[in-house]
Amino acid sequence: MNSIKRTSIFILTAFVIIAIGGSSAFAQKAPEFNNDLMMGDKTYAYLIADKLEYRSINGSNPVMWDIKGYIGKDLGKFWFKSHGEAVPTESQAHMEFQGLYSRAISPYLDVTGGLRYDLAYEHGNKSRGFATVGLQGKAPYFIHFESGIYVSEAGNISADLEAEYDLLFTQRLIGQPIFETSIALQDVPEWGVGSGFNNIGLGFRLRYEFVREFAPYIGINWERQLGETADMARAGGGHISNFSMLGGVRMWF
Amino acid sequence: MSEDNNNNMTRRRFLRYTASMAAMAGISSVLPTYAFAGFNDREVLTPKGHDNIIDLTIGKMPHKIDGQKGEAIGINGSVPGPLIRLQEGQDVMLRVTNELEETTSIHWHGILLPFQMDGVPGVSFDGIAPGETFEYQYPVRQNGTYWYHSHSGLQEQLGHYGPMIIDPAEEDPVEYDREYPIVLSDWTFEDPHDVLDNVISLDAYYNYQQRTLGEFFKDIKEKGFGDAVKDYHSFGKMRMKATDLLDITGATYTYLMNGRDPDSNWNALFKKGEKVRLRFINASAGTTAFDVRIPGLEMTVVQADGQNVEPVPIDEFRIGIAETYDVIVEPKEEKPYTIFAESLDRSGYARGTLAPREGMSAEVPDLRPRPKRDMKDMGMAMDMDNMDMEGMDHGEMDHGSMEMSDNSSEPVKHGPDKHGIGAAAIAQNQFNRLDEPGIGLGNDGRKVLVYNDLKSLRPNKDTRDAQRDVELHLTGNMERYMWSFDGKQFHEVDGPIEFTHNERLRLTLVNDTMMEHPIHLHGMWMELENGNGQYNPRQHTLLVQPAQRISALVTPRDKGRWAFHCHILYHMERGMFRVVQVADEDGSIYGQDYS
Repeated sequence: MNSIKRTSIFILTAFVIIAIGGSSAFAQKAPEFNNDLMMGDKTYAYLIADKLEYRSINGSNPVMWDIKGYIGKDLGKFWFKSHGEAVPTESQAHMEFQGLYSRAISPYLDVTGGLRYDLAYEHGNKSRGFATVGLQGKAPYFIHFESGIYVSEAGNISADLEAEYDLLFTQRLIGQPIFETSIALQDVPEWGVGSGFNNIGLGFRLRYEFVREFAPYIGINWERQLGETADMARAGGGHISNFSMLGGVRMWF
Repeated sequence: MSEDNNNNMTRRRFLRYTASMAAMAGISSVLPTYAFAGFNDREVLTPKGHDNIIDLTIGKMPHKIDGQKGEAIGINGSVPGPLIRLQEGQDVMLRVTNELEETTSIHWHGILLPFQMDGVPGVSFDGIAPGETFEYQYPVRQNGTYWYHSHSGLQEQLGHYGPMIIDPAEEDPVEYDREYPIVLSDWTFEDPHDVLDNVISLDAYYNYQQRTLGEFFKDIKEKGFGDAVKDYHSFGKMRMKATDLLDITGATYTYLMNGRDPDSNWNALFKKGEKVRLRFINASAGTTAFDVRIPGLEMTVVQADGQNVEPVPIDEFRIGIAETYDVIVEPKEEKPYTIFAESLDRSGYARGTLAPREGMSAEVPDLRPRPKRDMKDMGMAMDMDNMDMEGMDHGEMDHGSMEMSDNSSEPVKHGPDKHGIGAAAIAQNQFNRLDEPGIGLGNDGRKVLVYNDLKSLRPNKDTRDAQRDVELHLTGNMERYMWSFDGKQFHEVDGPIEFTHNERLRLTLVNDTMMEHPIHLHGMWMELENGNGQYNPRQHTLLVQPAQRISALVTPRDKGRWAFHCHILYHMERGMFRVVQVADEDGSIYGQDYS
């Protein structure tokens, strides 16, 4: 009984509201202004194995990777980056991980800030951590670059830069020259780092994009240690100049 | 005995029905009636009964294009939706039932109506929830060729659109013996959300027509080393690509004419000597502008955006997304003619045949070479003697000091505001361009329609001069795939753009990007200032060229909140959207009398 009564009161009230609100459909109230209607503020994610390759250098054949991904919005993103080299047969590996936050500062540039962690397995394991700030984006003439300044736990300061360019031979066959360098302010002998320019790297990869997301490639790479870093390498019996042929795959999701 | 007979009849009829359904499905999924050659203009949806009711149902349906199966959103079971035919002066009720699992809507594109009936979820109403029916009720106060489509998410890309024709209350000034709606659209088998993610991840994801090393050498050969390098240098310096034509291309799209792919060849029949009225509607969702021509036939443009214009004879016209053009053709020979609609970037085409008999086809032209953006598209001064072109990016002059240059050829300088991160560039020099047919057109001897050709047949009612100016810049960052007005995406603005009821204002649009944007204002006409005074053409959508500065006079006669946006679906979703609020002096948006 009660529920019938309640229902009838509800219906009556509804009628009154409709009557007061106006009999015409044109008197319907529209939603209040709301700027959250579209996908302009969308969160999206991206993961790319930019380099995943097998190299042939002086008899040892390391696997090299450069993987990064983000999740975030247009102007602010959280990044994960890792790159490194491993020679599985000799249980040697050198790897670097970064967790960054990026913020757009201009149409083509982002500043980044975060942490870096290095791990090395060679003659025993060792690791070190850094705080980092950097700049990444697209420079004029479509040069894509990433750079960072790093301060280690021990207070040592270093910086690096990587720049690359896509050169289209055809719509799917793409050449990619790459330039890399790093610099340090202090000697860090246990990591084989001397002050000044540490090294310079030049590479060229030729990829074929079967689809945008999947492109096998071949290439060459030349690296040279410089200055005190080179001296340390020489003293340790290592090569200061390495030329390698490489093959791998670039893919993203 | 008689019972048996009845059963037989029913079964036979049933079998025949299913057979014809299967045959239809075999052809190309379920198409609207106007996609078939036998189309007669009675087979359309017209209002029924005392209340002038039309029922529409939105639902998912299997869809087959060019032999491949996909899933579409259909209206009354067809893609595109059925042709709706109304009569000027009717009070109509369009009942739309949502059989999807998500909210949907229908926006009546170009129709002047009470804003609650405009069909933009979150702006004019709450949208149509799954399983619900919404009654759109409005008086029909205009006539011409229009269309309707979803205004919810990316549904339009999946086929949620259809044509709408309103017959005039008085005698039609356009004479014709026969007519066809021609709905042009772009179809992809990818999920439209994936399409958006792809262009966000990589701006040139769908562009397989970029400049290669080979082209660079070819350019050197043609233009000489100095000029070729200068050209690449100016684009490179700006981080702009001369091949940024359309974001989404024939790499994923099949271009459709009345729902049919080029191979399945939509047929429009004619008898020799007839005047055939073709009502073109660009219902594309992606970035597709079409360049339309019918080799061997002159076309006479008689209507643009649903409004009659003085006849303009042409060979070709560009139709931006959401625009409509009615043309008259008079085939003098008993032979087929190809209706050819190339995408602006020449990555594909839609095609049909105008023929005296069913099943005929004429030669299909080759796609022309893809055009390239030039200095002018980047907003650079086109002084040929002074090749050191000051272009985008060095603001010097004041926004406010600019003269309203109606039809002047002097470029207007950009103000100091560079619009922030959302704007990869600004057009340092803004050009009138109303006499230009657009990129890739007008250089092969064909007469191509330009905005300056459009002159309204009926004068505009409001003779006042503009009382104030509203200027908006179309801005974008292709690299980050952010699109905006004045560098601000929709989610970054706190309120609507405010118009006063019945004021007279000048809306100036400046395209700071290097791409065409079809800008659509709901609920009121934009009287394009192309030098025809009282006879300036009334437009619901303006295709604004790169570095173009274009203006229109507006009288907001209907109160309410109206959407204003780029009609490239992905640009709208990524921020090139605003709400325009038309209110009384006291701020009220309600209480309009529509009698």
